Amino acid sequence: MSAALYLDYNATTPVDPVVLEAMLPFLTAQYANPSATYENGRLAHRAIDHAREQVAVAIDADPSEVIFTASGSEANNLLIQGLARAHRAGTGEALHLACAATEHPCVLAPMRALQGEGSGFNELPVDPDGVVVGETLKALTGHTHLVSVMLANNETGVVQPVTELAGTFRESHNGWFHSDGVQAFGKHPVSFRALNDAGVSALTISGHKIAGPKGAAALVRDRGLALQPLIYGGGQEGGLRSGTENVAAIVGFGVACERAAANLAERTEQALTSQAWLENALRQRGAVIFGEGAQRLPNTTYAAFPGIDGETLVSLLDRQHVAISSGAACGSGKAGASPVLQAMGVDLALAKGAIRISLGMMAHAPSDKHSVERFVAQLDTVLSQLQRFAAVA
Amino acid sequence: MKFPVYLDYSATTPIDPRVVEAMLPYLTEKFGNPASRSHQYGWDAEAAVENAREEVAALVNADPKEIVWTSGATEANNLAIKGAANFYQSKGKHLITLKTEHKAVLDTMRELERQGFEVTYLDVLPNGLVDMAALEAALRPDTILVSIMAVNNEIGVIQPIAEIGELLRSRGVLFHVDAAQATGKIDIDLGKLKIDLMSFSAHKTYGPKGIGALYVRRKPRVRLEAQMHGGGHERGMRSGTLATFLIVGMGEAFRLARLEMKAENERIRALRDRLLKGLSDLPEIHVNGDLEHRVPHNLNISFAYVEGESLMMAVKDIAVSSGSACTSASLEPSYVLRALGLTDELAHSSIRFSIGRFTTQEDIDFTVDLLHKQIGRLRELSPLWEMVQEGIDLNSVQWAAH
Repeated sequence: MSAALYLDYNATTPVDPVVLEAMLPFLTAQYANPSATYENGRLAHRAIDHAREQVAVAIDADPSEVIFTASGSEANNLLIQGLARAHRAGTGEALHLACAATEHPCVLAPMRALQGEGSGFNELPVDPDGVVVGETLKALTGHTHLVSVMLANNETGVVQPVTELAGTFRESHNGWFHSDGVQAFGKHPVSFRALNDAGVSALTISGHKIAGPKGAAALVRDRGLALQPLIYGGGQEGGLRSGTENVAAIVGFGVACERAAANLAERTEQALTSQAWLENALRQRGAVIFGEGAQRLPNTTYAAFPGIDGETLVSLLDRQHVAISSGAACGSGKAGASPVLQAMGVDLALAKGAIRISLGMMAHAPSDKHSVERFVAQLDTVLSQLQRFAAVA
Repeated sequence: MKFPVYLDYSATTPIDPRVVEAMLPYLTEKFGNPASRSHQYGWDAEAAVENAREEVAALVNADPKEIVWTSGATEANNLAIKGAANFYQSKGKHLITLKTEHKAVLDTMRELERQGFEVTYLDVLPNGLVDMAALEAALRPDTILVSIMAVNNEIGVIQPIAEIGELLRSRGVLFHVDAAQATGKIDIDLGKLKIDLMSFSAHKTYGPKGIGALYVRRKPRVRLEAQMHGGGHERGMRSGTLATFLIVGMGEAFRLARLEMKAENERIRALRDRLLKGLSDLPEIHVNGDLEHRVPHNLNISFAYVEGESLMMAVKDIAVSSGSACTSASLEPSYVLRALGLTDELAHSSIRFSIGRFTTQEDIDFTVDLLHKQIGRLRELSPLWEMVQEGIDLNSVQWAAH
């Protein structure tokens, strides 16, 4: 696998060796339960507190605003279900829910589940570039709302104007605004304080997208938000998330957040150079790039070659030891086109050609120009294979 | 010897070095997302996940398809109880559990009560075991689920889950068992046991923290309402990216448990019995919970006439848990010990010793010596002890208020 070329960083990232080093003591000698009152237990607890501070500093929040969860999916579910249930318990009223039509399934699905229990639910349409149309926020008709719009889309890389949208929402409606920052953090500036000032009450981030381990993520939220827990039990995380803490993963997550916030301008510049070169090469070969007109993450390219099936292309590339994806990991392998592209009004035939190339932006695994050159060379090999098949057929 | 001597295996276990070794590749070069279906990185991760699933299933004689990954036993308990209650509520809204269950069960039950369900919290017998007659009497036509743990975390008693399963299956009531403290300690055969849902923890069985599983029976089929919605992972029962390295760790931990349990239990039983024998000459001590129906790893002892906090300070050279639970405002006596009938004072003066794979005879002998020294010293300082020695019945004393 050492010769393999991994360009699927939006699916997951390799763990930074610095992160792993920080984790190792907690996978070996420092195994105590953080709830234990003896010294090793308190040491484990302090390690969690330190990680919480690192996360807070990295995203410009207060440590008391950080709730550790086991995944970004869990953090999104905690926010959406927790807020809706607390609201109903407090007021008897069902919260009205809304999210972008291009949200990740772990935002769409809990909202649809609550819709089944009586909450109103709106999908906010996006323009052909995948950007939420602000006007539709003004048209929401519930009494109290939870609106969720991700900072950046996992498939297209499209960056949403979240502070503007939150501002628009706040002017005319009651409720709360949440943003899933899982793909954006580490690739794009993210400040919880700035978002919060603009009206965003909660933000989700995840470790395994920023060279941290799988198994640790966080919901960052305004302390004034009333939330019901998703997981009940021993009362950890101030009662909001019970369960023995995964100390090693949380420690790793803290270090990963620190590194994700560092040198962003530099890493962005490098990624943009690679992205520009890549997209130029793709266009030369006839590819269409989705969301081109919008601001996008510097590492993400979602494209299609008209007439060429995306899954086939990806499969042939895998045989050349090149790893990309034909749509989001969570949805890959399912027949049918991406709901994100559908929401953008992309023609079904073209959408079936979708491939996603997501470059590495983390310090220890940057996708440099050499990687993209290698990718294009392999792509050419595969494209000519396909042409040969087509010619014979 | 390393200090403090670790005798708190029921709180958590060190990860077995063989488990760490199995996990490391998945924290380094094998980093793929198991849900990535388009490349080798993903397939390798998926294969590792499925292999681990088979190992977990093998320990308990289940079908791998019946194993759902969660972030731990707490989440598994939440998923089982809320998931089943929500799905089957049209059949009834009554649940039963024991007062001695883990907070992950009790707190979830309390949440269901807030949602309009009715829960019966049964008392246990003074030895900690379920009162089968009381359980049967508590069953109602609208009872949909009973949750009773296999092994209690504080006193180590083993509940008669085979008998309970027979009873509940005959009444058409779902049976959930929290087995977090049971894996690798008792035989569990889900091919024979009439259990519908079972929660597992990795970090109590020499695996990493942050990973667990829920067994969901397929024959007859048990349905659950998912609690975490999203990408549809785990057959729609539990969405969220699977943490490959943790899952691999749990698989390896459970594989080792299956292979080594028998021999290990014998060794541990001998050590625990040595500890009990070594302490048994101390006067006024009381073993909490049935000694026969108990895992060999656990000993929970109350030391009468020794003040709880001083006791814990006096035994700092061993890492153990006390019969007190720290809440943010106060020191509360263990609700499990209170359920056995202990007074608050006696509960506070209790120590849970839980030993395991890496406990040595030296550790046990050191502990016996330590307790002898410290209990003796603390009782000498205790005016209550002096009164007891003089034959005064403390219950008959009229204590003056100040």
